[in-house]
Amino acid sequence: MAKMNMIAALNSAIDLQLQRDENVVVFGEDVGYFGGVFRVTAGLQEKHGAHRVFDAPLAEGGIAAVAFGMGLNGLRPVMEIQFADYIFPAYDQIVNEMAKLRHRSGGEFWTPVTIRTPAGGGIKGGHHHSQSPEAQFTHTPGLKVVYCSTPYNAKGLLASAIECNDPVVFFEPKRCYRGPFYGDPHNVPTWNSHPDGEVPEEHYTIPLEQARIVRQGAACTVIAWGTMVHVAEEGIRQSGVDAELIDLQTLVPWDRDTVVESVRKTGRCVIVHEAPKTSGFGAEMSASIQERCFWHLEAPIQRVTGWDTPFPHSTEWDYLPSPGRIAEAISRTQEA
Amino acid sequence: MPDRLTATEAPYTIGMPPFRPGDSPDFGGAFVEQPGDLSRPPVDCEAHETAEHARGLIRVLDDNHVASGPWEPDIPDEELLLGLEHMLRLRTFDDRMMKMQRTGLLSFYMRSFGEEAIAVAQTMAVEEQDWLFPSYRQPGAQFVRGRDMVSMICHCIGNLEDNVRGRQMPVHYTWREGRFISISSPVGTQFPQAVGVAMASAYRGLDEACITWLGDGTSAQGDFHYAVNFASTFKPPVILNVVNNQWAISTHANLATGGRTFAERGLAYDLPSFRVDGNDFLALYAVTKWARQRASSGLGPTFIEVYTYRAGAHSSSDDPSAYRPQDEHLCWPGGDPIDRLTQHLMARGLWDEARHSDLLERLDAEVTAAYKEACTHGDLANGPYPPASTIFTEVYEEVPWHVQEQREELGK
Repeated sequence: MAKMNMIAALNSAIDLQLQRDENVVVFGEDVGYFGGVFRVTAGLQEKHGAHRVFDAPLAEGGIAAVAFGMGLNGLRPVMEIQFADYIFPAYDQIVNEMAKLRHRSGGEFWTPVTIRTPAGGGIKGGHHHSQSPEAQFTHTPGLKVVYCSTPYNAKGLLASAIECNDPVVFFEPKRCYRGPFYGDPHNVPTWNSHPDGEVPEEHYTIPLEQARIVRQGAACTVIAWGTMVHVAEEGIRQSGVDAELIDLQTLVPWDRDTVVESVRKTGRCVIVHEAPKTSGFGAEMSASIQERCFWHLEAPIQRVTGWDTPFPHSTEWDYLPSPGRIAEAISRTQEA
Repeated sequence: MPDRLTATEAPYTIGMPPFRPGDSPDFGGAFVEQPGDLSRPPVDCEAHETAEHARGLIRVLDDNHVASGPWEPDIPDEELLLGLEHMLRLRTFDDRMMKMQRTGLLSFYMRSFGEEAIAVAQTMAVEEQDWLFPSYRQPGAQFVRGRDMVSMICHCIGNLEDNVRGRQMPVHYTWREGRFISISSPVGTQFPQAVGVAMASAYRGLDEACITWLGDGTSAQGDFHYAVNFASTFKPPVILNVVNNQWAISTHANLATGGRTFAERGLAYDLPSFRVDGNDFLALYAVTKWARQRASSGLGPTFIEVYTYRAGAHSSSDDPSAYRPQDEHLCWPGGDPIDRLTQHLMARGLWDEARHSDLLERLDAEVTAAYKEACTHGDLANGPYPPASTIFTEVYEEVPWHVQEQREELGK
């Protein structure tokens, strides 16, 4: 075991994949010599060669298309979109091309691309360095969608994503790269003292489709992913309610058994995400949970989300779900 | 190189096609450019040495169907005869499929009419192990690689034997065995993907190239520019073809770009760039061979504008008489690619009327037999179709629980 922040854990996952599989190639904007604007690929070019870890021209659509072609012809590309906000020039290549290739070709072709992308707010990034567009991809059959939250799960999930033969959109909560975030920008711990900052140096995987119970509880089920896992943990603390916290980890396909079992046990559910509410993945979760758990529910399912507005700059703490809002939502589920 | 036509009354420039319905089309009768005008540069030339080639027009067959000039390829007679046969096979096939479409046995169709030489000559010019990444108007490549016609028809009619299980519209072929990569409807996406395919070949140290095509209209897409720039940056073994057939449905090439030739764009990216007569089988073959040899020598991509004319409608859903003179294709200086190669072979004594009509008869029988056999597996009007369960398979490598649940909900 070693102490790692999320950046080091992701770097370790990619490094090991480069060692284990000669067909893994890593590219994107600034990922090569410089090692990425968040340093996730630091040192990998020097270690594995510029033909395996390299800088791409600034064209997300081109990066995705080239990854598609490489994956189709025997490679296992790990491409980076520098900020999830900039994924949209690649949207056609991801949604119409990668996601449909296996199906449209009757299984004759497929492309095992991993799209890594830092996402989410809390870094004063304004409209275009803060968005969390997971729902734009969960709505597309053929893609797997993963959202890590800690160094430990970042490494294991990324290893699984790269080894997966389906295209995977892998969101990294950039607010949590260097430490968990509990909703207080004035008190920002590092991963150093967090148990999930203990990361094996060797290869391991966490299956896609497996949620993680962060905290056991009996009175309410709180579901979150990415940065919101930690904010929700604080929200539960502030609520004083014995709530169970589930980190979904993989959104498509999500872990039905863990979620359903928990909600049937607690009879109450709060879903937290930082993306806007309308058509957010919380809507899908809410609908699916009531389909499966209706007769066990004691209160309406609550959603605590970002607002249906563009993501703001200086007022971002009023945009992102706060521990206080989450605590209130948990309390509302206890009223019934 | 014809001048671009524009309207002058607008506050900004609006391109114009040379002729509209009711006009008497006249392209000047013949190309000004002649075989021998342009040198054949060494395959390791610098891109700028092709500047004239990007503005001129590479031809081998002259207006009397005689081959000459530095681009005259070294191609065995039997290969030329095979090329003619494949072009005729494609035209016969297209005619039959269009009839099927008109009788409701097929939802949609796209002919290669007037452009048969492109996929046939260019596929013959590359190596067997090379990847083909076509647009929807290069199905002829499959005949060159020996695909069973029955299998192609089964795809078009979405029946039980459709290898893509009734999922895609007609002419969206997939054929891994022939390295013919799956076609998708969004135009141009294959161009930068082909660059990735070629980069993978280079990475793996394989003697493979990837040849890809898109149209003049599609060259306005971002994907076109991604492809050319990534090709220029990484220099993988890719052959990038812009098939300039003048028309993107009703949008003439003069409305698609303010540039002069499409080939010139490649020069700006430091790619050797050629403009070739797309109705001249021999010129197409020669230029593509050049590109393949350059790829083999490790020097990377070649950019080609294939100058041709879309003689038919865009698709079975299109009626070009609404936007261009009905007989415009008959005036195209490039003529008809099949007719030109036929005349050339006849002049050389390699072909004659009797053999031509025998071949047509044989191809007609071949297509009819293939069509009948394909229909024994079902057709789009009457079925049987692939089982409904195929809606749910191959979305992922393994069927995830939520898709499995939905399959069970459908109950099939």
